[in-house]
Amino acid sequence: MTTSLLDLRHVSKRFGEFVAVDDLSMAVAPGEFLTFLGASGSGKTTTLRMIAGFELPTSGEILMEGAPITQLPPFKRDINTVFQHYALFPHMSVRENVGYGLRMRKVPAAERARRVTEALDMVQMGHLEARAPRQLSGGQQQRVALARALINRPRVLLLDEPLGALDLKLRKEMQLELKHLNRQLGLTFIYVTHDQEEALTMSDRIALMRNGRIEQLSAPQEMYDRPVTRYVADFIGESNLLRATVRGVEGGEVVLGIGPATVRAVSARPWAAGAEAWLAVRPEYLRPAAPGESGNRLDGTARESVFTGSITRQYVTMPDGSSVVFHLPAGTTPPAAGSSLTLTWPVERGICVGE
Amino acid sequence: MSGSKDGEVVEVGAGGRVTLTWLDRVRANRRLRTFVAAFLPVSWVTALLLFPYLFLLAHSFFRLRDGQLTHELTLANYQRLFGTSLYPTTILFSAGIAARVTIVSLCLAYPLAYLLAFKVRKHKNLLYMAVIIPLWVSYLVRAYAWKIILGQEGVLNGLLRSLGIIDQPLTFLLYSKWAVMLALIHIYTPFTLMPIYAVLEAIPKALKEASQDLYASRWQTFRHVVLPLSLPGVIAGSTFAFVLSMGDFIAPVLLGGNDSALMVSNLVVSLFGVAYNWPLGAAVSVVMLVLTLTLLWLANRLERAMNYGGQPGRGAEGQKEQLARQLPQGVA
Repeated sequence: MTTSLLDLRHVSKRFGEFVAVDDLSMAVAPGEFLTFLGASGSGKTTTLRMIAGFELPTSGEILMEGAPITQLPPFKRDINTVFQHYALFPHMSVRENVGYGLRMRKVPAAERARRVTEALDMVQMGHLEARAPRQLSGGQQQRVALARALINRPRVLLLDEPLGALDLKLRKEMQLELKHLNRQLGLTFIYVTHDQEEALTMSDRIALMRNGRIEQLSAPQEMYDRPVTRYVADFIGESNLLRATVRGVEGGEVVLGIGPATVRAVSARPWAAGAEAWLAVRPEYLRPAAPGESGNRLDGTARESVFTGSITRQYVTMPDGSSVVFHLPAGTTPPAAGSSLTLTWPVERGICVGE
Repeated sequence: MSGSKDGEVVEVGAGGRVTLTWLDRVRANRRLRTFVAAFLPVSWVTALLLFPYLFLLAHSFFRLRDGQLTHELTLANYQRLFGTSLYPTTILFSAGIAARVTIVSLCLAYPLAYLLAFKVRKHKNLLYMAVIIPLWVSYLVRAYAWKIILGQEGVLNGLLRSLGIIDQPLTFLLYSKWAVMLALIHIYTPFTLMPIYAVLEAIPKALKEASQDLYASRWQTFRHVVLPLSLPGVIAGSTFAFVLSMGDFIAPVLLGGNDSALMVSNLVVSLFGVAYNWPLGAAVSVVMLVLTLTLLWLANRLERAMNYGGQPGRGAEGQKEQLARQLPQGVA
């Protein structure tokens, strides 16, 4: 991987008995917007902190453009961080906060002044440069924190759940703005979040983490359409998960037995007959089958329907007792509760996944 | 429910009934509630703090005639106080001692507080307690301990003699301003440490990390982030050490020998005692009180100016205010 900017090689981090990051290897391309997504305790923040230099890996190596930086203290790394709660210096003005990195690097005062003004304008905070951080709203503090990191033109910008404390509207705005900055500046962004929607919106690639390991590393669309495990299918968006037994593989499709029914699905990995698996289907791809329609078919009993505005969510109980939900298009009359129903979906929308 | 009387039964909701007691009425009335809560502490402070100070102030304007206290009002006490060099010199001398005690206490307390707050991981509370526990031992015992250590037949002389470093016991150890300062430093260093530790503890770890992330070395991080943020604690701690050691009179009596006469608190003690000149003693006390309150006010202003609205400083502010209330007693 000569083109990668950052390389993690077999990186592990243990805190006593607890394994926070478990033999993690991956590469980050220059200019990429990469997101570590995961529940709390999945190791995403620890990974970020090791890249920043705040934590030393227990084993493994971190390389930047091929040179090892594992042992390098944070102040010698060409990497800057936007912290979760911004971590602005309370005793300095906005201007002093933004200029701090340049001051520590002994950049001449005149150049410093020019660049600080530039950075503040970039985040539209120029008019508030004399304020103290406590006089700013959360969104404004966020912008200052961003300017304080970006002004140093780091090779990599790390962002640790930076939008967590903002309200929804502001968060959406900032998401677009971050994505824009990433494109405009050509900087590499490594982003940590537990919010899957945020990850899907902004990232070029998502590393979905679970128990200190990367469960899946792929582009957002691919992660949504082709989850590799049940965990991913469940974590990203909404999935109906049905227990299935692999009957065999035919022409690139997996033949699954679900109760008495047989359905076909696609999968990213090889399967052997007899294996236990899950069938994952998104609610938007399920629909009631027309009488006599061929293809994948599963019988169930209609239950309640919930109107949510643009769509109506229809709940169905399957013969094995599990519950399934699908989206009725607007204007459709929901089936009566208790009535029998046959569901169908395109073969390529049914994914066969393991645990 | 307005106009309801005690014990009155009030209908609530679906046929439920509630009996109003006098306690409910107190709770419902904000003024009454404040009055009930504040009555005891306010009377306590008035009886034991405010009145004594007023008596003190009044006495400083009374005239002493033929060794007898009269209730004639006069400014003579203050004229005498500022007219001779004795009293201002004594106050300055005491301030000099207090300043030196403060500086040494700071030099000891700051690094220790820093270590406790940032470097020590295991047994952190135990170590902090080790610093605080001496405060549980009576002040007198701690002052006497120095007598035992520094005395002619004391521990230190004994040690030096058994090591053959000296033949004759050193007599300058005890009964000098140096012994007084040593004891005062020992006694007031924990007071200096506590607010500094509280402030350091409150500095979010992320601020230090952010500084290092922005290319500041460990020293630069201390210099530009940790130190400025800890200044409110430093000011609070210095105020404690200075005000408390300036008002101290027990250590000088026990350890000061002839030098103890140079301490202002001991002067006040002898004015009230041996000299039986209460009015002059009161006048000196009032001057000291005004000086001390000015200092506290200044320190408070400074601290406020340095309190940046983040968590840092809040700890010290609280602690300082708590202890500041006890301080004037120690001085007057």
